[in-house]
Amino acid sequence: MLQIELWKRVVIWGLVVIGLLLAMPNAFYSKVESYNDTVAAQGGDATGVAGWSSYLPSGLVNLGLDLRGGAHLLAEVKVEDVYEARMKSLWPEVRNALRDAREEVGAIRLQPGDGAQLRIRIGEADGMARAMDIARGLAQPVASLTGAGTTDLVVSSQGDILIIGLSEAEMTATDDRTVRQSLEIIRRRIDEVGTREPTIQRQGADRILIQVPGIGSAAELKELIGTTAQLTFQPVTSRTADGDTRAGVGEEVLPSLDETGTFYVLDESPVVTGEELVDAQPAFDQNGRPAVNFRFNPSGARKFGDYTAQNIGNPFAIVLDEEVISAPVIQAHIAGGSGIITGNFTVEESTNLAVLLRAGALPAGLDFLEERTIGPELGADSIEAGKIATIVAFVAVLAFMVASYGLFGVFANIALIINVGLIFGLLSMIGATLTLPGIAGIVLTVGMAVDANVLVFERIREELKTAKGPARAIELGYEKALSAIVDANITTFITALILYVMGSGPVRGFAITLGLGILTSVFTAIWVTRLLIATWFARRRPKTLEV
Amino acid sequence: MRLRLVPQNTNWDFFSRSKLWLGISGLLIVVSLVSFFLQGLNFGIDFRGGTTIRTESTQSVDIGVYREAIQTLELGDITITEVFDPTFGDDRNVAMIRIQAQDGQESVAADTIQQVEDALSAVIPDIKFVSVESVGPKVSGELIQTAVIAVVLAIAAVLIYIWLRFEWQFALGAVVALVHDVALTIGIFSELQIRFDLAIIAALLTIVGYSLNDTVVVFDRVRENLRKYKQKPLREVLNLSINETLSRTMMTSVTTLIALIALMVLGGDVIRGFVFAMTWGVIVGTYSSIFVASAMLLRLGIKRDWSKSDKNKGNQFANIDA
Repeated sequence: MLQIELWKRVVIWGLVVIGLLLAMPNAFYSKVESYNDTVAAQGGDATGVAGWSSYLPSGLVNLGLDLRGGAHLLAEVKVEDVYEARMKSLWPEVRNALRDAREEVGAIRLQPGDGAQLRIRIGEADGMARAMDIARGLAQPVASLTGAGTTDLVVSSQGDILIIGLSEAEMTATDDRTVRQSLEIIRRRIDEVGTREPTIQRQGADRILIQVPGIGSAAELKELIGTTAQLTFQPVTSRTADGDTRAGVGEEVLPSLDETGTFYVLDESPVVTGEELVDAQPAFDQNGRPAVNFRFNPSGARKFGDYTAQNIGNPFAIVLDEEVISAPVIQAHIAGGSGIITGNFTVEESTNLAVLLRAGALPAGLDFLEERTIGPELGADSIEAGKIATIVAFVAVLAFMVASYGLFGVFANIALIINVGLIFGLLSMIGATLTLPGIAGIVLTVGMAVDANVLVFERIREELKTAKGPARAIELGYEKALSAIVDANITTFITALILYVMGSGPVRGFAITLGLGILTSVFTAIWVTRLLIATWFARRRPKTLEV
Repeated sequence: MRLRLVPQNTNWDFFSRSKLWLGISGLLIVVSLVSFFLQGLNFGIDFRGGTTIRTESTQSVDIGVYREAIQTLELGDITITEVFDPTFGDDRNVAMIRIQAQDGQESVAADTIQQVEDALSAVIPDIKFVSVESVGPKVSGELIQTAVIAVVLAIAAVLIYIWLRFEWQFALGAVVALVHDVALTIGIFSELQIRFDLAIIAALLTIVGYSLNDTVVVFDRVRENLRKYKQKPLREVLNLSINETLSRTMMTSVTTLIALIALMVLGGDVIRGFVFAMTWGVIVGTYSSIFVASAMLLRLGIKRDWSKSDKNKGNQFANIDA
């Protein structure tokens, strides 16, 4: 019979109430948003300040970039960059180790290579075995779970050339570290500018997805995160106007940032690097031009102090991302580890540079594979259009249901409204992002949510034809429709799941709302309408039934 | 008085013209395939790489002026289309500019976009660039690949599910109907050269889900009726099942269509292609669940008796001599 046990009734209404409560903050979107911002800013309770009580739920459905505007970037981390840096820093170590065995290996000479490998020519070809042993001695175990038991260097030889490269396991471990480090630095740089709710996610092995709502353009965002901000202080060998000057081994030729046509020949190994910076602030130099103040950590300060003490009168290059910002002549010993970078900066540039330096350097360059800018007006248009369409769709479906099923249609409609509320409740709970395709997903669920009810109601009609009592007909209607409802919804749910797993961006947004919509619509169609009908039936006890 | 989309008791014979229906479907699939191979799809930047810029101006769009402004930059293939939308006001003139992926560029060049924006701003002073999207060729290739995998995976998963829940003939019938729907949808996109982007893949997968939804409901009834009327010929059982579920099929399709049409008319031009695909899919899906899936079932034939647990007969191990 149409009896539903009390505890089941309590559970059903309980779930509905919880779901609707979770959805409720979305009805007061701007209020809750400012409340949340205040909480985030104060790190505590903000009751009263923003007009929202702390005991009310405050989860909101995030609006996607297509709805509020903003910038989207998909960046690929050039993980190979790091191999080169590793090899560069390995060279002095290898040189020193081989020097100790000079009698056996003879003269050692660095050969130009592809960067990811060190190629070293040795004087005595017979000493190759010994040289390889020495090089192998420098290898260290790989520090990762997958690469356990292997070492980081691969040593081989080719005639009288010793080749040192990174092992597969070490490359994988390095790649992972590089991407994670890049992720962290991008996050710090974006946080530094103080934007709301940026999404910074790792995608696949070497990609990073960055979405920042409210930012003017992807180009702006790119400028902020795209610069590697690799800062070094390098000794200057000479200055030239010829960019094709050949650099000696261990030297490099870099262009000047503000004087086109000027190049510097620099010693490749830096005295101090940006990694030893502890602080950077925008400032002004003695002439009132924008500059950046910086401070080193103790070890950096010592190296910087020692070098300036020994090289008074020599020029010293400040290099940022392979460009010489300036090359002042050292006037005096700079102790204390702080200094100032001057160049032809605007105030904005010096502020940006300070942000970049403070957040640290990206370990590798970024390639931008995808970039999207959505203007805020377009977002507002879309949300407006989506809203109107949803309301119209909703009202039309509601009217259609009542016209087709009368009172039972009303029950289905109540369930439908609860259904949409529950979708929003769930979206708020998991902190999902609502996109335009997501709205389409909701509209589709509105259309399809009635399907379960239609299945049941049509069944009830059929059962009524064979003239069982109304209660029995309702009972049988639900019973018999169940297998079709379950099968139909599981197949749709499977596709939603595959969409979610395989998809990205808009496809995912759609999959989320569709998937959640299926869950809630099955719940409301099977349980909520049944409960409504059972309650109504118990009160009225109708002798006949028209569905 | 209730609104009824189909009469209360129908007894239509859906198979009297089944050859005609299958023929029409087959023909449409052939047309779709020919169109797909001859003119292909109008891939958006998601799949082809390149840049699209959406502009908005109070002046009406003169494509010639736009083209002339950009032409000097020599960016290769450029497509400029004016976007019409009934919800736009008189002073909103929107155009979409598509620039092909530039040779030898793995990633997106910001200065190229800047050049285009500058060139256009010089000609149309009040032009606004409401959205700029660029996809590098590296990603676009991968997107096609994952999209195809997603569609194939979805169909395979569904095939397995139906096979587990029903008999293999049902699964095959449902999948034929499914492939039919997907083929026709791709066909209409190719025929009308509507832009095919990532969102359309989402729509295609939804069509897969929806079409199945419909088919499964009919099949569920077929299974039930096969148990109920053990002696009735298969053709009659199928007809009866379709007739019985017809009013539900129409109700659901119509409510879904109401929602989709509202979205298509009022939802803005950004998602129109996406919604169009779904609308078409619902129509085709409804048709195929009635005329294609069941016709396949009729042709394949079904083992009738599930209720009897005859251990030696009708069992898939019956022929094994152990």
